[in-house]
Amino acid sequence: MAALESPQPAATTTAMRHAFGNVLSVLILVLIGVLAFSIRLFSVIKYESVIHEFDPYFNYRVTQFLSKNGIYEFWNWFDDRTWYPLGRVIGGTVYPGLTLTAGTIWWVLNSLNIPLSVETVCVFTAPVFSAFASWATYLLTKEVKGSGAGLAAAVLLAMVPSYISRSVAGSYDNEAVAIFALIFTFYLYIKTLNTGSLFYATLNALAYFYMVCSWGGYTFIINLIPMHVLLCIVTGRYSPRLYIAYAPLVVLGTLLAALVPVVGFNAVLTSEHFASFLVFIIIHVVALVYYIKGILTPKMFKVAVTLVVSIGMVVCFIVVAILVALVASSPTGGWSGRSLSLLDPTYASKYIPIIASVSEHQPPTWPSYFMDINVLAFLVPAGIIACFSPLSDSSSFVVLYIVMSVYFSGVMVRLMLVLAPAACIMSGIALSQAFDVFTGSIKYQLGGSSNSTDNAEDTNNAPKDDASAGKTDKGEEIVKERSSKKGKKKEREPADKPSVKSKAKKKALVLPLETSIVALLLLIMLGAFYVIHCVWAAAEAYSAPSIVLTSQSRDGLHVFDDFRESYAWLSHNTDVDDKVASWWDYGYQTTAMANRTVIVDNNTWNNTHIATVGTAMSSPEKAAWEIFNSLDVKYVLVVFGGLIGYPSDDINKFLWMVRIGGGVFPHIKEADYLRDGQYRIDSEATPTMLNCLMYKLSYYRFVETDGKGYDRVRRTEIGKKHFKLTHFEEVFTSHHWMVRIYKLKPARNRIRGRAKKLKSKTTSSGWSSKSEKKNPWV
Amino acid sequence: MKQSSVVVVDLLLLLLTIAVIATPAFSDLVLSKVERRIDVTSQFARVTKSLKVVNPGSESISEFMLTFPKFLGNNLAYLSVKTKRPLANLSVKKADPKGIPDSISVYSVALPKTLSKGDSLTLEVVATFTNVLQPFPEKITQGEIHLVMLQESAQYLSPYTVESQSLSIKLPNARIESYSKLENTKLQGSELKYGPYKNLPPFSYSPIVVHFESKAAFAVAEKLVREIEVSHWGNVQVTEHYNVVHRGAQLKGEFSRLDFQARPNPRGASAFRHLLARLPPRAHSIYYRDDIGNISTSEMQSDSKKTELLIEPRFPLFGGWKTFFTIGYGLPLSDFLFASEGKRFVNISFGSPMIDLVTEKLIVQVVLPEGSKDISVTTPFAVKQSREIKYSHLDIAGRPVVVLEKDNVVPDHNQHIQVYYKFSNINLLSEPLMLISGFFVLFITCIIYTRADFSISKSSPTYLAKLQWDEVLATLQEVQSIIQKCLAAHDKLEASLRDLSRTGDFQTCKAARKSTDSLLKDLSKELKPLLGFLQSSPSASHISPKVEELVVKEKELQEKLMAKHTTVVEGYEKKSSGRDIENRIASQQQKIIALRQEIEDLLEFIDEI
Repeated sequence: MAALESPQPAATTTAMRHAFGNVLSVLILVLIGVLAFSIRLFSVIKYESVIHEFDPYFNYRVTQFLSKNGIYEFWNWFDDRTWYPLGRVIGGTVYPGLTLTAGTIWWVLNSLNIPLSVETVCVFTAPVFSAFASWATYLLTKEVKGSGAGLAAAVLLAMVPSYISRSVAGSYDNEAVAIFALIFTFYLYIKTLNTGSLFYATLNALAYFYMVCSWGGYTFIINLIPMHVLLCIVTGRYSPRLYIAYAPLVVLGTLLAALVPVVGFNAVLTSEHFASFLVFIIIHVVALVYYIKGILTPKMFKVAVTLVVSIGMVVCFIVVAILVALVASSPTGGWSGRSLSLLDPTYASKYIPIIASVSEHQPPTWPSYFMDINVLAFLVPAGIIACFSPLSDSSSFVVLYIVMSVYFSGVMVRLMLVLAPAACIMSGIALSQAFDVFTGSIKYQLGGSSNSTDNAEDTNNAPKDDASAGKTDKGEEIVKERSSKKGKKKEREPADKPSVKSKAKKKALVLPLETSIVALLLLIMLGAFYVIHCVWAAAEAYSAPSIVLTSQSRDGLHVFDDFRESYAWLSHNTDVDDKVASWWDYGYQTTAMANRTVIVDNNTWNNTHIATVGTAMSSPEKAAWEIFNSLDVKYVLVVFGGLIGYPSDDINKFLWMVRIGGGVFPHIKEADYLRDGQYRIDSEATPTMLNCLMYKLSYYRFVETDGKGYDRVRRTEIGKKHFKLTHFEEVFTSHHWMVRIYKLKPARNRIRGRAKKLKSKTTSSGWSSKSEKKNPWV
Repeated sequence: MKQSSVVVVDLLLLLLTIAVIATPAFSDLVLSKVERRIDVTSQFARVTKSLKVVNPGSESISEFMLTFPKFLGNNLAYLSVKTKRPLANLSVKKADPKGIPDSISVYSVALPKTLSKGDSLTLEVVATFTNVLQPFPEKITQGEIHLVMLQESAQYLSPYTVESQSLSIKLPNARIESYSKLENTKLQGSELKYGPYKNLPPFSYSPIVVHFESKAAFAVAEKLVREIEVSHWGNVQVTEHYNVVHRGAQLKGEFSRLDFQARPNPRGASAFRHLLARLPPRAHSIYYRDDIGNISTSEMQSDSKKTELLIEPRFPLFGGWKTFFTIGYGLPLSDFLFASEGKRFVNISFGSPMIDLVTEKLIVQVVLPEGSKDISVTTPFAVKQSREIKYSHLDIAGRPVVVLEKDNVVPDHNQHIQVYYKFSNINLLSEPLMLISGFFVLFITCIIYTRADFSISKSSPTYLAKLQWDEVLATLQEVQSIIQKCLAAHDKLEASLRDLSRTGDFQTCKAARKSTDSLLKDLSKELKPLLGFLQSSPSASHISPKVEELVVKEKELQEKLMAKHTTVVEGYEKKSSGRDIENRIASQQQKIIALRQEIEDLLEFIDEI
């Protein structure tokens, strides 16, 4: 309307509007970044600035090593403080992305003389990268459906609980940077697809390289993008842009991926990558066909097609045969266990107990969807519909992305994390389209210049039956009324209408005013619910560092800091080269916090070794002592929750020790520990159970605490109450008994007569006696 | 066990040598009265002596010799000699005079005034010894009580004749296992008394051993690093890193938490759980942590006189157990920084704020603000000094650090030290200015980057394409503005029609029509070259059809509008009724609205490009 009076500055007004819009978007993006960062600080505020859980401690330790010794030492790092006596080549078996990122940040800060400790940098890496991730989401969604959808998606991602659960301050894990890398790689792919620029294609390969560095989940990218390319080809959307987006990615990306030590030749040898090569071939064939089609006459082309197809079939057949032969020659068909369990959800529980024993590898339950993505679950379908109108290359990609990630998240809880960005993008699109429609119809019905209170009255006056009379009619009706009020006297004046009516026909897709307003309010309410849920989830559900437990009782907050208490004890009061045996869950923490050598840790690369510890834990005291002694173990650490009711203790994990141990050493039979199909520790328990090391170490002198030996986790009295340890002695128990550390007693002096017998026995069954799997390490 | 036997051998040697050399060496001073008190209620032995010195000889004397048996002298942590009247601290230094056996440590005290014949003087000596309470037995189980042994001499070891002397030992109020019984030995409650003994020759010595239970915390900091960082923004930040060990009898066998919790008194008496730190008043932002995170077991009480921090290590410390922790706190600058003679000085306590803590190696680092000059330190006792540079928080030159080191520090060393330096307030602003200029440069670079043309090749196809595209965009804008003008003209025409319906004055309406006609003609003339350019430009190939469509639509709209105008004006001229006219133009009206809508859609589309 401003243009009416002054047509000259019309262009400048739009330019101004654009500039203002850009500035506003930048401001909103900055605020989104701040939001993403600060919503993840609950853990620091409620607890402290500390590394969380298990794996982050390993990453923290690696980062410390990196910052102390430099990058070259890091690549060559052979860690002799874990997997004793095997050790572990850290440099070659770790995804270095996260560590290098945090190490670089630390280095830059320190060279600017900003003295932040490595720990601080590690704690805050995840929140910083989630801000980056929400910006990347903005870019990706902007490429798909414009900046409005981008902003909506970014703000949703900034606080989606699923992502928060993996990226609160202190959760220093691969996923923290990998999600950013994932989204950014997708963005660059879409950007290349939209622009056809080789520059972006190169960037895309680099982003993919970063993703490969960061997380094993990169296989998701290298399978999803080929699938999309295939989809585009099949639906006849092949274009040179598609070729530029895909071909450089495969070539450069595979070369770069092979540079990462942990991937190496896997980038061309394992089945996870084969899809990309297959599609690479296909896209070249298609490109060739298009090219030939361009230079041949239609008739010639037909001849050529029959020729090529017949030859192509033969070549394809040969290639496929070679591939099949290659794949079949490897025992798992070239697929790693975790990937296989993705394709067949029951695979892990059937064949690999060590994968099945990790709770985050279990399939999720329905409530966890609601917990983790909340209202997004309902917005996603709307987003998918919005993506189909109209369907473009980029919107078909996000549709494919959401479909695949929904499937994967259904297999493994942990992959919910991959679903979250997709759900945010879809919901962002849905929300933005809905807002567009609703605000559009409101704006059109309120017209440009009149004041809004008038309109509100008008709409109230408007007869109800008009609502059913079709959208356009309704719009006109309102305009009529509005103009009539404005014109006051000249109600019948026909010439009065056109100027307003010209605007009136603006859009065919117009909803009635009340409907739009109500819908808008409902949408805002939905958003508010989402925000409330996210803040609640961030504050209550996902911020516990798990090494410190708190409980709210009547006399205030009670802190259970037993883990660090005992790690501190180990670190200060045992010899620096002592070996500590515990179940593998506590391996990373023990090496990182107590700086002691462990037998097994959370990097479960050697099943036999873990099975050995499991066997020792489920053997009677003497046999266990022999196994541990042969491993040079000085201390045994068990986690016991029976006194205060901490449920995830070693007795509850005991079934995995038996299962994994029994999987390798058949003399451990699960049935021996089961009574009526259950692991019981009460008076009904089997004698094997009551005599195994885990039982004894957990319940040693437990009965003296209350006289009955009531276990608060299992809610029962223990079966065997009074017993003595002959080969172990208690050296430390933490304040709430959550961690108990025992020392192996030195071997008794040998009696002359027995010594001979023992000696002969030892020589006969040495380390190599695999045939006699009775006592594996003696 | 080994250590104590060594001590016993030492003692024997000492006795032997003393017997061999009966040196009348030193001056003729006589100690007319010696009173010694040994306090062993804590983990160290604090010896207070009052010596009445008389000079019976003729020479005037200005030096006094203090002697200790070597095994005590080696563990001497703190020694101060005072006179009561006049109140003065006397300077003490280690001496090595000839004729004194190796088994005796000698310190020489410079007297405040020379003693001439017959003069007398009373010296107050305070000496603190660490490691002299030997745990015996050296290893105990969790349930056993903690016994320690003190070895001393019942008679004051002195190179001078002692006329009258007495010794009292203050023991902790607990069980006493055994003590040497000499003549004149009395045990009153927890106080053990030897003496008085009269007229003993120089170097008299009679060893005594007291074996008793100690409940004191044998907390020893093997190493303590105190970092005191002075910031002229108003804060003194103190960070203290403790490596604490329990130096009592070592724990042997199991540690049972059950026994410790259920029967703490017999089954955990040898352990200590708490340490008490007495911080300066107005200490704030106190934290207590170790290298794996915050330690939640601490309590703080503060009033205007002091701040008391009761800290509990992560686990109770039994004999031989070690732990590490860090405490930190901020202090208001105004309480510790003073100015004198154009210099500033920090006046701050040297030792650890922990009560009854012995520090084996104390390192105090006073970090002064960047740009401090002329640094000097005064300390009440001798310490090893050195200088370092510390880089922190955007420093360029680094902050000067005064490093003071001292071994074997006891609470008696908790005296104030002064660090003098010169500092100009301008330096305070350097870092904020640096930050401001940094951001300024960043923004300027951004502005320059977005405004300037950085393409390397001016003839590359992409660059040319970009230039062309810019031109196309400019043309598009012009086209848009022209169309907008046309639309405005249409609006004017409509307005004139409205006026007509109100006033019925069709002459003005016709005039308006004429002016609009000419305006529109001009505009369409302007539009032609632009359209030509768009058609010819290759990069506008996908837009030009839209633009053409727009122009065509606009033409159509114009025609329709004109037709409507003519109809209406004619209608008025013929004076036909309003309803009639309305009926006649109804169909045109609809088309106009549709066209207008289409044009606006097209405009929007172009706008989005």
